Amino acid sequence: MKVLTPIKRVVDFTVKVRVKPDGSGVDLDNVKMSMNPFDEIAVEEAIRLRERGVATEIIAVSLGSAACQETLRTALAMGADRAILIETDTELEPLAVAKLLKQIVLKEEPRLVILGKQAIDDDSNQTGQMLAALLDWPQGTFASKLEVAGSKVTVTREIDGGLETLELPLPAIISTDLRLNEPRYTTLPNIIKAKKRPLDILKLADLQTDVTPRLKTLKVAPPQPRKPGIRVNSVEELVAKLRDEAKVI
Amino acid sequence: MPILVLAEHDNVALKPATQNTVTAARKISEKADGAEIHVLVMGHEARKIAEAAARIEGVAKVLLADAAQLGPQTAEVLAAQVLLQTGAQAYSHVLAPATTFGKNLLPRVAAQLDVQQISGIVEVISANTFVRPIYAGNALATIEAIAGTPIVLTVLATGFDAAPMVETGAPVESAKEIATDQAGVRLVGRQLASSDKIELTAARVVVSGGRGLQKAENFRLLEALAAKLNAAVGASRAAVDAGYVPNDYQVGQTGKIVAPELYIAVGISGAIQHLAGMRDSKVIVAINKDPDAPIFQIADYGLVGDALEILPQLTAQL
Repeated sequence: MKVLTPIKRVVDFTVKVRVKPDGSGVDLDNVKMSMNPFDEIAVEEAIRLRERGVATEIIAVSLGSAACQETLRTALAMGADRAILIETDTELEPLAVAKLLKQIVLKEEPRLVILGKQAIDDDSNQTGQMLAALLDWPQGTFASKLEVAGSKVTVTREIDGGLETLELPLPAIISTDLRLNEPRYTTLPNIIKAKKRPLDILKLADLQTDVTPRLKTLKVAPPQPRKPGIRVNSVEELVAKLRDEAKVI
Repeated sequence: MPILVLAEHDNVALKPATQNTVTAARKISEKADGAEIHVLVMGHEARKIAEAAARIEGVAKVLLADAAQLGPQTAEVLAAQVLLQTGAQAYSHVLAPATTFGKNLLPRVAAQLDVQQISGIVEVISANTFVRPIYAGNALATIEAIAGTPIVLTVLATGFDAAPMVETGAPVESAKEIATDQAGVRLVGRQLASSDKIELTAARVVVSGGRGLQKAENFRLLEALAAKLNAAVGASRAAVDAGYVPNDYQVGQTGKIVAPELYIAVGISGAIQHLAGMRDSKVIVAINKDPDAPIFQIADYGLVGDALEILPQLTAQL
């Protein structure tokens, strides 16, 4: 069974971003970029499925600038067999990404698409669900456990109230949550091997998909700053402050 | 043109986030010539829920789609039902709470309507312009929907008060057509937290624990404090990963986002991802052994010390 793992190159999760003073966006100059952590979990899960004999081929796909090749090479170093980059400098909205991924799915015919539930830059949490809708496939979002048996996948999902387990017929879309697995580190030998694995670059124009933006960002601002806090020296002082000053208890 | 709000419920009761979502709808309505607000309740044997939804202040009409296949609340059939409603009546906006229910369902609806959804709005600027947090809440983006109808939005409850419930309910109408379930998805089961726990996203006070509690058993010290304060209990990702508490306790960028009157972070270092889930709390207290823990930068009151010693003292003094 072929598994497709869409991945996104995003600002590294350790970076505290700064908003540009002109309000036009976030300052990304010289900022460390990495594979979206949830997508890393997706790639790891695909590899584990192959180790279990369920997946036969893992294809990593990314959409963005030429720099995304770096992220795809990481996926290859983790163990993906092939990579595809849809190269574009246009900013793509989730619906556009879903439409482009649909083209790849129709071409490659994977039985499972596993991707992160959200990208930690945009925090939209939409692409997987949208792709499922466009393909008319079932969706198992926020997965913390996955089991493939025959033509079905059993997904345990993290929901607000706890956990939910669904059984979906394949083909299906899975979006990953934090506790699905812990991704492996890439070893140097695997990084070197990855250089020889195929990475195909497609031009956006070749996919004949309308990616015209439907949204416009008018401004980006930092959150309301908080008043600086104080240190208290005892439990008594804390209780007094909360009761008399903050008046929350 | 009316605005449609998708109600969230568990087949027993309406979820409070539905009320916050109605407030967002009302704010849009104010900027859209007083457009009517309709609430769609989809479920099985859900009439009581529809009647509750009808009593949310500001609601003009409730549509009830009641059928066995809608009971499990699976996205595929619910999305199909929403599409039947939007096919039968033009709506200017479709809203859902930004809970795991709404996050799972609404993008599927948006794609089927061929519109670009805006996720997690915290403010309404105009009928087509909204504010939403990005980069784990380290930035707030003002977004204008420039193409596509209806405008599809998920609503972060922390940005809007819960619309109150009123005496007399709006009319409840049965959906003219019910979606058939074609997806073949089976709900195997759910493992849910006990319903008598105070809901994290609606609590006035939240007491949250992190790795600093060291052991699962120590969470009972936190629960004792929470009981005294009538608070909900939350946790950092680290505490959940370590198995101290189940996943539904997690507060953070990808867990629950809360903004209570008082948030007490105990043994939580204050990673960016945790802050994303609680930075809008009115008053933040941090208790941590490490004086350099990042959480102290956001706390209004910081107490350096051993959580395991401080917790019982704090509980006793309240």
